[in-house]
Order: sequence, then structure tokens, then C-alpha cells
Amino acid sequence: MSVTTPVPPPDFTPTPTVRARRGHATLDTRHAGWFTRITIAVVVLLWLIPTLGVLVTSLRPVHLVETTGWWTALAHPFRGASWTLQNYRDALDTGGFQNAFLNSLAVTVPATVIPVTLAAFAAYAFSWMEFRGRQFLFVLVVGLLVVPLQMALIPISRLYIDGASIGSFRFIPDFNLNGTFLGIWLAHTGFGLPLAVYLLRNYIGSLPSSIIESAKIDGADDFTIFWRLVVPLSVPALAAFTIFQFLWVWNDLLVAYVFLGGTSSTRVLTIALANLVGQHGENWQLLTSAAFISMTLPLVVFFSLQRYFVRGLTAGSVKG
Amino acid sequence: MTDDDAELAPAEQVPENAPEAATVPAEVRSPWTIVVRVVAAIAIPVAGYLSLSWAFGFLREGTANRLLIVLVAIALGVGGVFFAFWAMDRVVDWLPDRWRDTVRPYVFVGPALVILSVFLVYPVINTIIMSFKDAQAKDFVGLDNYRFVFTDASMLRSIRNTAMWIVFVPLVSVTVGLVFATLADRLRHGEAVAKSLIFLPMAISFVGAAITWRLVYSYRPAGFGSNIGLLNGIKVGAFGGDPIAWLSQQQWNFNNLLLMVIMVWMQTGFAMVVLSSAIKAIPSEIVEAARIDGASELQVFWRIVVPTIMPTIVVVTTYMVINAMKVFDIVFVMGNAESNHTEVIAERMIRWFFIQSNDGRGAAIAVVLFVAVIPVMIWNVRQFRQQEMTR
Repeated sequence: MSVTTPVPPPDFTPTPTVRARRGHATLDTRHAGWFTRITIAVVVLLWLIPTLGVLVTSLRPVHLVETTGWWTALAHPFRGASWTLQNYRDALDTGGFQNAFLNSLAVTVPATVIPVTLAAFAAYAFSWMEFRGRQFLFVLVVGLLVVPLQMALIPISRLYIDGASIGSFRFIPDFNLNGTFLGIWLAHTGFGLPLAVYLLRNYIGSLPSSIIESAKIDGADDFTIFWRLVVPLSVPALAAFTIFQFLWVWNDLLVAYVFLGGTSSTRVLTIALANLVGQHGENWQLLTSAAFISMTLPLVVFFSLQRYFVRGLTAGSVKG
Repeated sequence: MTDDDAELAPAEQVPENAPEAATVPAEVRSPWTIVVRVVAAIAIPVAGYLSLSWAFGFLREGTANRLLIVLVAIALGVGGVFFAFWAMDRVVDWLPDRWRDTVRPYVFVGPALVILSVFLVYPVINTIIMSFKDAQAKDFVGLDNYRFVFTDASMLRSIRNTAMWIVFVPLVSVTVGLVFATLADRLRHGEAVAKSLIFLPMAISFVGAAITWRLVYSYRPAGFGSNIGLLNGIKVGAFGGDPIAWLSQQQWNFNNLLLMVIMVWMQTGFAMVVLSSAIKAIPSEIVEAARIDGASELQVFWRIVVPTIMPTIVVVTTYMVINAMKVFDIVFVMGNAESNHTEVIAERMIRWFFIQSNDGRGAAIAVVLFVAVIPVMIWNVRQFRQQEMTR
């Protein structure tokens, strides 16, 4: 997302943040007792243990993984023989994971950017432009939030293969999009759009109208207002949805399975991983290292963008 | 497969044209204006779409280096969408003055609406029609598929199990998320770290989560190697006796519960993060006033915090309910759903569509799922209307 030369931020701070700061400062005066701290520690530990098991297992040699539980390794953490990186090498070689990683990237980046862009333009129009059917169309979009995407898979893959026609007139040709990146981008775009439009409309609609009105008076057209004013101001919401969509597409198995298939040249990480589960049902050292490889990028994306997450996601729905 | 084209076509036509028909403003006089507007609003996105797909066909023919293909694909996908919007906006600038302002909003919303019509509205209509047809989606069979859905033992179990998912997962996730958010709010240090660690499973794929939890629930019968699963380690270590095949324990739906735990583990972080921000937005004066009046912390929580953030609780719960309704990956990847009696509706649907290749039955299951979601949809739209009125 290129935010081109953001205008100097006008005198505008989103109100929820201000409230949060103020509220938080005073709540803080009641600090946590032992009960609170212990409860939090226990819950965090419970949540962390399964992932820890994967990490530890992925770093142990095969013969130890097969004979003892992963927790026994923690008893002797500094014994060199109980740790190895070999599993990661094996997983990268056997699973064809390099290829799958590239494919995941080629699917995920456009399948995130396209819906964010389409939704941002639509959200701007729904918030700040006058046109017939505005309310109705927006309600329709929100309603589509709850269509289970599983329902769409078969009709769309048929549309990709056969096109659609009335009698002999073919108004949608058979683009033969099955197995192409474009096909899966568009599918993910369709499935992600309702949530994207809903979230972004909430945020963009809550920007102060004075800024947009004054820009209009200064003679800026809608495209300029959108690009130079609304996009820079909406970075939290855009980032929040970007994280959401990125995690969803990167972690998706079903849509990739239907539209890209499981062949070795086009398959994405989740499919390679699922295949590994099928082939080597009990090869824990391979499975765990492969699972960790697939987690790395989402974790990096999440932790680098997470400060935007809450702010962007809840703006508009929080009433003070 | 092509036989039903004629059948599908009218269905396709409706959502495509409906938004455009609504767009024509009342003050338009000449029919030409209408034609130009409609043509512009449809032709421009279609042209963009065609050129993009042409470029892609070109790319597909190539047998270049994989990394190169991937880079070109990313550049094409990302650049394409930006260029399309910019180009469309320029085209609108060339239109006569009085048309510009009427056409431009549709340039902004048009692409989203076209994609939504093709990828969500059309499939819904198509699936409903397909659910009345046979396995090859050729001949109409009346209500046979629905009869199957509501009589087959495995289907009935899947409906019962999904009902349990809908209740258990949102209830536990939201409760744990709310309590954790409330408690973490009082931490002076480490609140962000604690919250990130709870949120972490959200970044893991369902397949990754399934591997993670298979390692917890792992069981090997005697003679098939040692048991390395965490749960069996705890069980044998603490209570002695033999390891247990956890995922086959059908008594009291214990194995179903173990699968639901996986989803709770994955989703609680989301509930917690959103609820936490709502808690922080409560005006501190209210909480302080209650404390001065001598309210205990528990009373503050039940009488002030919970009622104030109720709208957020409801939204998060709804989101969780919809997600639990659509759950598929966890059950599918953990395997042996039928013999373990852990089937869920979405998992049945995928099985009938893709593994048994019975389009009619798969579609009927999908429609049942969709109908079950409709009350949530109505509620959703009502919420939106209310929000609009109070804004």
C-alpha cells in the first residue's frame, strides 16, 4: 500500500483513542493483585503449551521424538544431542516447501491488496458520495457477510470452467481460470469484500465531515480526496483489515484446494502441509517443522501491524 | 456439465443488472444518457478484467523461473487493480459535465458490486437450484436431497454436533476473552505481551492448528510405538493406567468437546482483543463513581462493565456463532469424523461435494447451512439500521 505523500495530518484525533487513554489511566490506579496475576499467567501458559510442543518437537532428532514426549526435552535443555535443525532441512527438501512458499506469496499478496482497494473505494463512495440506491446496496453488502463461502465453491469453479450463457449466446466466456492465480485472487476478493466494506465504511464514515467538505470547497475531486486525504487517515482500519485478510488467505486450505488444486507446481503451503499430514501420518518431526515454517510469515505480519489492529477494527462500533 | 448452462444463465443475469437498473437517476431525459452510463459502468470494469485475464493467460503459457512468475504475478495483481481505478476515473473525467457526478460513484462502488454479484449472489441462487437436482446436477429430483439431509444418520449427527459447536465455542471463547481482558486491563506491565500470546493462535492456519493439537491428543495403541501425546503423558503420569485414544471417546461427546477446544484456542484471542478495546472505552467517571459508592470489583464488572459493552459482546458472539457454523477444517483434518461421530454440517457438505461427487446432496446441505444463518443475517441488517439512525 503506497501512501503517497500524506498531507500534513489535520487537527484530528479519533475520539475512541482519546477516551481509551483517559479511561485507562484512571483504571490503572487499581493495580493487579496476586489473584489477577496468577490467573493471567495460567491462561497464557495454557494457551502457549500446544505451540511450545510444536516448536520443541520440531527441534528434536527423530529417534527422540519417536520415543519420548517433547516435554522430557525441557528437563535437559542444554544437552546438545537433544536438539537439531535437520528436520527443517528435511521438510524444505521433501515437502517441496520452497515452491509452496512462493505460491502462497503469489496468492496472498494480491488477494489481500485487491479486496482492500476495492473495498476502500466502495466504502468512500458509501460514506461520502451521493447516489441512487446507496442505502440498499450497502445493506445488501452487509447481508452478504453471512453467506457461507463453502456454498460458492462449486458454482464458481463451474463458472471458471464453463462460463455462463443464455442459449447459444455466451456472455461470460470460459476464461478457464481454474488453477490460475487470477482465479483464486478474484475468489478471495469476493469472499473478503463484505467484511472489508463493512469495516472500512464504519471507519471512513466516522471521519469528520469538515475535512472532506473543506477539501471539496478547495476544488479537490473525489479521487484526490480519497487518495490524499481519506487513505492516509484510514491507515488503522486499512491495516486492520489487511492483517485479517492476509491471515485468512495465507491460512486458507479450502479455497486454494478447490481453485488451485494439489498439483506440486501450483499448490500453496497449507496444501503442502495437509499432504504431508496425509502421507506421513506420524512423522512428527517433519510435520512440526513444516507447520512452523508456515507460521513464520503470518506471525511476522501480525506482530508488525498489530498496533493498528484494535483501533481499526473497533472504530465506529464503540460508543463511549 | 454444460447442460445446465441455460438453467444458470437467467440466475446470473439478475444480480448483474439489478444494481445498474437502480442507478439510473430520475432526471435523465435522453435514452442515450442511460445507455452511455450503463455501458460505461459495465464496460470499464469488464475491460479491466479482460485485459488482466489476458495478461494472465500470457503469463501462464510461459515456462519461466518460478520466482519470476511469482514476482510478475504479484506486480500484475497489485498494479492491475490500482491502474484499473485510476484509468476508470480518468475516463469519467472525459464525460460531459453533467454526467460526471452521477457516474463517478458507480465507478467507485461498481467493481466491488460486480465481484460480489459474481462470487456471492450468483452462487447462492445457483446452489439453491442445484439442491433440487440429482448427483450430476442434471435432472430435477424434487425434495429427495432434503429428505436425505434430514433422515441420514450421519447428517443428523452433523446437525446435532454443529448445534453444540454453535453454543459451546462462542460461550467459552467470549467468557474467557472477557475475563482475561478485564483482568489484563489491571496489569501495570506486560498487558500487551499477555494479550499477544493469547492472540497468537489466530495467526496459525487450521492445518497448523490441527497438527499442533494432534500432538496433544496423540495416541498409539500398544505395540505401535511409545505414546508421545501431551494429554496421555499427563494422564499416565498423574493417574497411571493405560493411555487413552482421546478422539474416539464418544461418551458424553467427549471427542467432540476436544475438537471444540481447538477452535476455542484459536478464536479466544480475537474475542479478547475486541472486548478489551471496548472495556478501555468505558468512561472512567462511571467506574470511579461506582467505586466511591462502595461497589466491589465484582459488582463493577457485572453492573457496569458488562452492560456497557453489551453491544460489542453481542457483535463478537455473533461473529463467533457464524464461524462455528462454518467450521470445517478442524474436523476434516483431524480425520475419521464418521467413525468417531464428530461430523459437522460444513464438513459433510465438502465430503458430499468433493469426495462423493454428489452435487445435489452437497448443495442441499449448503442450503440448510445458509438457511440456518438467515436469522443472524436479519439481525445483522437490523443492527446496521439502528446504528445508522443513532449516528
